[in-house]
Amino acid sequence: MPSTKKIPAFTALPGQLERLKDAIERYRDQPGAAMPVLQEAQNIFGYLPEEVQIEVAEGLGMSLSEVYGIVSFYAQFTLYPKGKTQVDVCMGTACYVKGAGEILERVERKLGCAAGEVTEDGMFSIDATRCIGACGLAPVMVVGGDVYGLLVPDEVDGILEKYM
Amino acid sequence: MDTVKLKINNIEIVAPKNATILEAARLADIEIPTLCYMRNISAIGACRICVVEVKGARGLTAACVFPVAEGMEVYTNNGTVVAARKRTLELILSNHRMDCLTCLRNQNCELQKMAADFGMQDIRFHTDNMKPEIEDSTLHLIRDNSKCILCRRCVAVCKNNQSVAVIGPNGRGFDTHISCAFDHNLDETACVSCGQCIAVCPTGALTERDDTEKVWAALGDPTKHVVVGVAPSIRVTLGECFGMPIGANVEGKMVAALRRIGFDGVFDIDVTADLTIVEEGAEFLKRWKSGHDLPLITSCSPGWIRFCEQYYPEFIPNLSTCKSPQQMFGAMMKTYYAKKTGIDAKDIFTVGIMPCTAKKFEIHREDEQAVPGLPDIDVALTTRELARMISRTGIFFPHLPDEGFDPAFGIASGAGLIFGASGGVMEAALRTVQELVTGTPAENLDFYEVRGIAGIKEAQYELDGRMVRAAVASGLANCRRLLERIKAGKASYDIIEMMACPGGCISGGGQPVQPAVVRNFVSLRERRAASIYTQDQNMKLRVSHENPLVQQLYDEVMDGEPGSHNAHKWLHTSYRARPKYPTVNRAR
Repeated sequence: MPSTKKIPAFTALPGQLERLKDAIERYRDQPGAAMPVLQEAQNIFGYLPEEVQIEVAEGLGMSLSEVYGIVSFYAQFTLYPKGKTQVDVCMGTACYVKGAGEILERVERKLGCAAGEVTEDGMFSIDATRCIGACGLAPVMVVGGDVYGLLVPDEVDGILEKYM
Repeated sequence: MDTVKLKINNIEIVAPKNATILEAARLADIEIPTLCYMRNISAIGACRICVVEVKGARGLTAACVFPVAEGMEVYTNNGTVVAARKRTLELILSNHRMDCLTCLRNQNCELQKMAADFGMQDIRFHTDNMKPEIEDSTLHLIRDNSKCILCRRCVAVCKNNQSVAVIGPNGRGFDTHISCAFDHNLDETACVSCGQCIAVCPTGALTERDDTEKVWAALGDPTKHVVVGVAPSIRVTLGECFGMPIGANVEGKMVAALRRIGFDGVFDIDVTADLTIVEEGAEFLKRWKSGHDLPLITSCSPGWIRFCEQYYPEFIPNLSTCKSPQQMFGAMMKTYYAKKTGIDAKDIFTVGIMPCTAKKFEIHREDEQAVPGLPDIDVALTTRELARMISRTGIFFPHLPDEGFDPAFGIASGAGLIFGASGGVMEAALRTVQELVTGTPAENLDFYEVRGIAGIKEAQYELDGRMVRAAVASGLANCRRLLERIKAGKASYDIIEMMACPGGCISGGGQPVQPAVVRNFVSLRERRAASIYTQDQNMKLRVSHENPLVQQLYDEVMDGEPGSHNAHKWLHTSYRARPKYPTVNRAR
């Protein structure tokens, strides 16, 4: 479903567009070029905003709608830039039954943005992840690389505030 | 032709070697239901409604894409097959908002018919609280994804046949839905409003924006003088909405119906098609003699015009500046006709009956007001909307007597009529141009080379010792191919006819919707075009510039000749480049 979230304005850093054009050039004549080109594009820009998808579409002779169809199909692609601090809330089976849903809800409420998105100031981005392999600590979230386990919902605000 | 022998439901069939099971079954009058498949448009074998059992094969097979083979034994309606189809249909229906009574496609819906055919009395699975998912950002189309079955026929026609490709399947699994990139509104994309997606939609997910209420309101307003003009192709398609054969010519009944609905003037847009030819013919000769802005490209098809403005702005100088026949009709109504009848132009309400959804966009174009402040055309209705008005009036259409158009705009030539089929504008132009150049009436009025259903047609004709190189393309993917050939220097022409819809107006996006079960085996284009050319052949008046009404228009209000001051003011328009990616703020 369409997001109501505002995506921050896109500006390419020096060299990024050249690297994208180079990737397009390398894959242009191969069947199924869109996948590897989009993967490289995401590596270069960190996400796939409309401007980048148009570049890919024009470069590969596809329509923007086809490119977006691929991007919206695969979970590996994201339309949002990552925030300075990444928040991953584990949604694996163990965490889920231990109340990860409520943890995620608290994170979303505290930061004012939904899973898969980034805050408008670009400080935080949230993802609901698959099992991260720390089931013994369920429910678990990872904030800026630090693991927090055996969470209760009321701890969430305090943890996030440390990164603000 | 290489053939194979096979058995379908124990009936022996000889079928072409490359036929699908679906096509072979038809040879034995066996109907296999389809949803996602449509001939020449989409063959992806995805919906699983057409499954059949092939002896020895694992699982069931999609008949729409599976080729026949020697000795094959196929069963199209045994218990296994029917159970599988019913299950698939039940799952599709479980996620379909069934508001059939208030749906524009009620009684002309492939899904509804299938549910009836399969006797679906009870759906075991329900999606709770299904709400309409309406996208109504454009002037021509309404999308309701709650009625979409994800067959992707619209996606295929938009991409393959029109090379526009502004819609596609987005998301995954249950979230899959047809929409534009980034779920932008359709009016934020480079959609050309051709309406081909509507014409292939099996359900009511895609419909034209129904503007009939505006016309009813005008008809009920005693201060309005409501006139209607009918496009050339409508007379050979309207009958289909009332169960008449494809291609039936119902001109006389159509006129009678319009009169009974209550229009104050019932006119033939073939007249202004003739006017277009005279104006455009003069424009062509001027360019041909000077060598400037060749090839001249026709401008009757607003879907094509928008395509050119959005995707090929470099060809804008080549476009004929002539308005389309619909807009010329409106312009003449609000100038000449107003003067002639003494009715104030602002009280004249003009309605165009069009094969086309892009006409709903065209009437709002910036430079289409012969009388400043008044649109040339107030409302453009499609053939389907007219059929709805006729039904609502309580007219038994097939029994109507044949009546003639009102004489003020009622005499037209065969040249104006053939505008309805791909190649018709070119042929009409050639009929007039050859006479203008040689100065003597031509013996040959038939230009067979530009007729027919080919996507791109080319021909050369000698005019006064010089060759005129002509090309005709219909379907925007073909238009694109032709333009790319020109850009690459591989082809060169003097005059080109472009039509957005494959086959021209007779297969326009506003024409009666025929289900896949018809379109998979009958060429609508061929039947409708044949009807038009037959009528042209039988007409005495077959050349536009001999139309006495056209001559009268020039004599009375346009200084006697094409290209005059008034002709320019009223009959010509302008074009502008439009962005291919309106949502992104940068030039491309």
